[in-house]
Amino acid sequence: MKVIDVTKENFAAEVLGSDKPVIADFNADWCGPCRMMRPTLDAIAAERDDVKIVSINIDDEDELAEEYDVSSIPCLVVFKGGAEVNRSIGLIPKDKVLALL
Amino acid sequence: MYDIIIIGAGPAGMTAAIYARRANKSVLVLEAKSYGGQIINTPDIENYPVAAHISGFDFATRVYEQAQALGAEFKFEKAVDLKEGKVKTVVTQQGSYEARAVIIATGSENRKLGVEDEDKLVGRGVSYCATCDGAFFRKKKVAVVGGGNTALEDALYLADLAEKVYVIHRRDEFRGDESTAAQLRERENVEFVLNSRVTKLIADKKLTAVEVTDNSGAVTELPVNGLFVAVGRIPENQNFASVIKLDSAGYAEAAENCRTAAPGVFVAGDNRVKEVRQLVTATADGAVAATEAIKYLSAADQ
Repeated sequence: MKVIDVTKENFAAEVLGSDKPVIADFNADWCGPCRMMRPTLDAIAAERDDVKIVSINIDDEDELAEEYDVSSIPCLVVFKGGAEVNRSIGLIPKDKVLALL
Repeated sequence: MYDIIIIGAGPAGMTAAIYARRANKSVLVLEAKSYGGQIINTPDIENYPVAAHISGFDFATRVYEQAQALGAEFKFEKAVDLKEGKVKTVVTQQGSYEARAVIIATGSENRKLGVEDEDKLVGRGVSYCATCDGAFFRKKKVAVVGGGNTALEDALYLADLAEKVYVIHRRDEFRGDESTAAQLRERENVEFVLNSRVTKLIADKKLTAVEVTDNSGAVTELPVNGLFVAVGRIPENQNFASVIKLDSAGYAEAAENCRTAAPGVFVAGDNRVKEVRQLVTATADGAVAATEAIKYLSAADQ
């Protein structure tokens, strides 16, 4: 699978309604560590069918960022069954991303 | 065994790798996090010769690709120990590697305030990077702690975004440039809280206020959603302190030739004792350290 771009229009369906665990990557184009984080997420998305990874651009989706109390990026929020179960802030290596699940 | 192991893949370490590879030395670069170091947090670099504008991410990625194309090997492992000798051993969390010369280019990390719940509130109001996280505080109240250039520049940046910016500093004058301080004094939404330190973070899931205590002991509470900590940086030399000499602030003692007291061990970049810590001085250190390491290897071959 690929990383899916999510907006406030499809957030409920793609994230809250997902039957798989979701890693939501809150990011921005101007954020260097976010761009550094992305290849790791692409790799996990390609390797793991049992996980969904979504990307949320905080400049376009400031309401989602506000709603989920994101105030530092990159911020990964893990959702299971529509609820947040874990989060991490800052650039982290692949094993730490997987450990969030 | 490698000719040279470089610890740290920031601008200094990766430049050293380029120089060492061009001299045909075998090179292993060890990096704890990801290539690029601190510079990846800079959205726009405007003071590096050749490029009028380049993002820190693009800069780091190009240097990384350049070093890789020249044959430098990268491993993403954190170096935790260094053993001296004719052959040096670098121990990482995953294994250990040997080389005849070592360049320590580990840079520095943010100094924390050291108040309770600081770590817990990172990403929930506490930040160490105004240009990274300032956008989340549009029309909100924030505080900056510190008195150096970073703190003053952060405050100025935030003054354009936030409704109110408090500048909290433990003394009554700033270490940073007077011209920046003067610009801040002209801003109506900037308020100085001097001779004061942050003594408590007040939060309800997210930061809601900071408690500040002044030198006379008077306590006030400032209602802020964001606290930007800019109280300096700590060089990441602690793991190598048994081999290299550190000054009282923890910087590695080495002259402009980047040589340490330990033969065959060099330091490059922000973790070295120096006057100016800029991207261009970091890459310069990388070139010098690699050149000195190459000289050291040639002398050892004689």
